[in-house]
Amino acid sequence: MKVLFCISNVPDTTTKVKFVNESKKLDVSGIQWVINPWDELALTRALELKDDAANGIQSVTVAHVGTVGAEPTIRKALAIGADDAIRVNTEADDAYTIAAQLAEAVRSEQFGIIMCGIESSDHNGSTVGGMLAEFLGCPSVTGVSSVKIEGGIPVIVREIDGGKEVLTVSAPFVAIVQKGIAKEPRIAAMRGIMMARTKPIKVIEPAACESLTEVVDYEMPKARAACKYVDAENAGKLIALLQNEAKVF
Amino acid sequence: MSVLVFLENWDGRFKKLSFELVSYASKVADMLYSPVIALSFGQVDASELEKLATYGASKVISVENDLLGTFDEQAFAGLIAGVAQNTDAKVLVLANNNAGKALAPRLSVRLKAGVASGVSKLPVSTEPFVVYKKVYSGKAFANILIKTDIKILTLAQNSFELVESPKPFVCEKSAAGPDGSLIKTQVKEVQIQSGKILLTDADIVVSGGRGMKSPENWAPLVELAGLLGAATACSRPVSDEGWRSHDEHTGQTGKIIAPNLYFAIGISGATQHLAGISSSKFIVAINTDKDAPIFEAAQYGIIGDALKVLPKLVEAVKEMKSK
Repeated sequence: MKVLFCISNVPDTTTKVKFVNESKKLDVSGIQWVINPWDELALTRALELKDDAANGIQSVTVAHVGTVGAEPTIRKALAIGADDAIRVNTEADDAYTIAAQLAEAVRSEQFGIIMCGIESSDHNGSTVGGMLAEFLGCPSVTGVSSVKIEGGIPVIVREIDGGKEVLTVSAPFVAIVQKGIAKEPRIAAMRGIMMARTKPIKVIEPAACESLTEVVDYEMPKARAACKYVDAENAGKLIALLQNEAKVF
Repeated sequence: MSVLVFLENWDGRFKKLSFELVSYASKVADMLYSPVIALSFGQVDASELEKLATYGASKVISVENDLLGTFDEQAFAGLIAGVAQNTDAKVLVLANNNAGKALAPRLSVRLKAGVASGVSKLPVSTEPFVVYKKVYSGKAFANILIKTDIKILTLAQNSFELVESPKPFVCEKSAAGPDGSLIKTQVKEVQIQSGKILLTDADIVVSGGRGMKSPENWAPLVELAGLLGAATACSRPVSDEGWRSHDEHTGQTGKIIAPNLYFAIGISGATQHLAGISSSKFIVAINTDKDAPIFEAAQYGIIGDALKVLPKLVEAVKEMKSK
């Protein structure tokens, strides 16, 4: 079985975001780009599955929709251990176009398991994975905190409101993964970084596709009122403030 | 034309989130001069369904079918899309929980409808249809234009006040099932946490970080939560160390919550943590470091040792409750 995982190229999560062009565009100056944290966990789990020969995973492929500027992030995924990469050569637009481009790029490739992070840390949309599954006409499982293969069958744990479900699903399918899927993201070793330089990145030209949504502009959050301090010795006063001033009790 | 709101149930019951969804859908429907149709899957008693009318649903469609016992995302989306077409839905409203995150994107492709996820406010305008939503994990907001005829919105939990706007209770029962051939998932086991307030549902959350120093020190924090009817939570280092269960981790990669009141106890407030809690209405910070970033996000702060402050808070809450 072949595994695919899709990555978003996002600003490092500690970035202080700023906007330019009348708040219509992210100011990319000085930004360090990384693999979206959830996608990185998906990669880690895909590699763990491949490490155990009993799982019968032939290869782990990374897919990304973006321009050549994203190649360092793709190379990072290859350095961590992905075998090869597919890049659809177009500026990422909305989730719908990204999912449509991914679907076109991978439709004929016979991936058994497709993994996507549950959201990207930039637009927090939580939509690309589910859209990709719908475009491909295959099942999806959303909120996945564990993927195992038992006797050739994928066994999944899905987090639901207030609990979890253990389920089986027939491949091909899209696993939309969240926290728990892997403990710590795997990091690239020197050998991996060297090897990544020669691993193939297949570049595909985009299909025609129109976006369904667009960003009109961005706004910064309103500043919160200054913090009101209570003396540690009289900590109990805080409860009175919460009751009488904030009126939360 | 209609606004269609999709509702899950928990053992045949709705919860506050369900009524937030109907309240929100009802306000959106007012902006479009159209009725709200509530769509409920699974067995729910009429008395429970009737509550949806209280929050503004002009019609409730209750679908009961054995095939709905398993949440198969593809099959569910197919069934909802059919109802959306039959009711001429122009806006679909779902929760921004895992079920909504599963269904909204599939519906988007089926109905060729643009999605805005995790909205917390009413649309800025309906012509053009623009909604305001959190981006960059709360570090900014964006106005999103949805260009399609049908729009899909997922609502962030605890972000919209319940508003009653009673309508006569009209219920249409349906036995229409999903397309069985689409069902490709099989649920083997369900583990439901019982007797514990769900972190995402809680009005008050008491959360501890590394400043709690060791897992043995949690008793007063748990006691405070118990007294306030609050859920307990923790920061990422705490769950990574195994001091508390992973279910409690709040932050960018953990649970994203929006309670009325959030106690950050011994939590410095790294950006990744703030991303999970910044939508809380009130944040209380307790930390020894006066320069900790959590104080910039908080409305109330105590500079001091969590372990010394906690017993005082417990005592004060007991006193408040005794009055």
